[in-house]
Amino acid sequence: MRVMVLVKATEDSEAGVMPTTELFEAMGRFNDELIKAGVLLTGDGLKPSSQGKRVAFDGPGRTVIDGPFAETRELVAGFWVWEVKDMAEAVEWVKRCPNPMFGPSEIEIRPFYEMSDFGDVVTPEIAEQERQRRERTSGQ
Amino acid sequence: MAATESHRAIEAIFRIERARLIARLARMVRDVGLAEELAQDAFVTALSEWPRAGVPANPGAWLTASAKRRAIDLLRRDRMLARKHAEIGRDLTDVDDTGIAAIEAAMDDDVGDELLGLIFAACHPVLSPEARAALTLRLIGGLTTEEIARAYLSSEPTVAQRIVRAKKTLGKAGLSFEVPRGQERRERLASVLEVIYLIFNEGYSATSGQDLIRPALCAEAQRLGRILAGLIPDEPEVFGLLALMEIQASRLTARLDPDGMPVPLTHQNRSRWDRLLIRRGLAALERAEAQGGADGPYALQAALAACHARANRVEETDWRRIAGLYDQLRAVMPSPVVDLNRAVAYSMAFGPEAGLALLDEIDQEADLRNYAPLPAAKGDFLLRAGRPAEARVQFERAAALSLNERERAFLLGRAGACSGSDAKQER
Repeated sequence: MRVMVLVKATEDSEAGVMPTTELFEAMGRFNDELIKAGVLLTGDGLKPSSQGKRVAFDGPGRTVIDGPFAETRELVAGFWVWEVKDMAEAVEWVKRCPNPMFGPSEIEIRPFYEMSDFGDVVTPEIAEQERQRRERTSGQ
Repeated sequence: MAATESHRAIEAIFRIERARLIARLARMVRDVGLAEELAQDAFVTALSEWPRAGVPANPGAWLTASAKRRAIDLLRRDRMLARKHAEIGRDLTDVDDTGIAAIEAAMDDDVGDELLGLIFAACHPVLSPEARAALTLRLIGGLTTEEIARAYLSSEPTVAQRIVRAKKTLGKAGLSFEVPRGQERRERLASVLEVIYLIFNEGYSATSGQDLIRPALCAEAQRLGRILAGLIPDEPEVFGLLALMEIQASRLTARLDPDGMPVPLTHQNRSRWDRLLIRRGLAALERAEAQGGADGPYALQAALAACHARANRVEETDWRRIAGLYDQLRAVMPSPVVDLNRAVAYSMAFGPEAGLALLDEIDQEADLRNYAPLPAAKGDFLLRAGRPAEARVQFERAAALSLNERERAFLLGRAGACSGSDAKQER
């Protein structure tokens, strides 16, 4: 299964404080482990929300909001995409990650939707497939 | 932590550590079967101890130490037996501890390539290709015998026996589980790449049974390819193979329609291609080419797959480049199947007659005599050349040769479409 691993922001990351050389190295070693285990698909770090923008939707309305955004601990400072067997494996890998921030911090793991997850739930894609199927059958 | 939850966590740790642990142990005891048992014992010990004492800070080191203790116990017991069997009066008490010292040295010599050593051993040329694939999936992939049997539509006892025999063969061969060097490494690497691509292809184009794709095998082969690329970052063909698999796998969900029928590349909904895998594949191909490996067989096949991946619409496909790449591939990897695909590329680049002309050259190849894709391609060229009656015969021939139920239905569908009064083009 594919998961997105989100490194949450802190006051430091939002202030643009750069990690120490030691942390860079530790993170490099961790990434190396992920690569050698065939787990890491991609990943990157994000600049502070002061350099970000939001677009708020309300019906036809679109409002652009400039960063920084207030709810620091809910913001994302970086991410990976991993391929793992299950959530338990993802959790074990995250536990092995060096603390990405100076103080207390959080990493969140979110699985991607996959076809096998849908079961009986009808998604737009399945609905479209069903539509095409009906179209083909009725044309015969 | 609930019992089942901690159990699952320990299983996850074991899954992460298992291949490396077996690799270390195999190097130490020179026996993959025993190494696997020792690893399993260590896991069982962890299952009973960790829920009480907590998961150790470095679980990998803990498992290794536990397995190592057990290995040394076994060695001592063997030595005791040997001593009992020895002649009376012969002094064996001062048998030096070189055996144990060797074990200590092997376990401490963690140069990081033990996993690679195990991969090379599992893909050793003394084993049959089927045995190599089964052993690789078992030891490196961590698949159970049952999972391997299911993936290969085989019975569990058959696969179990194949693995046991493979382990014995390796034992007799007296392998050191070291990573081969120099020219030997290059030859052995070719076998490793072949095994991984065989596993991928078994999943990608299932040769028998009802399912055309068994995604679990593709995913496992991709993981093996990624691991190998992480362990051998300087071999262009490793990246060529990885690129080829990533790009091909990017189309997995688009390859079948809702009824499970195959959708040809040119008719696939390209918005369903996995962009992340394409990006990874193109990056791996770039790396293979930067390392001077553009003309490697896997890199060339990856370059072919990349031509399709780069075209956002089928009309943008650079068929002339594809035809040229097939000319190159034919030179380094001569095969009737490559010739057949080259004919398809020529038909797209220069018209159906160009394809038919190339097919005439390979028509009599013994290897292609019962190969369904040959008449299927011929039928396609004939139909496009406005000769539906002849095309129909070819599609029917292809359907009769196909071993895959869904593919057969697809080909019969194409044959049926030829009989319409107009040579209406369908997929």
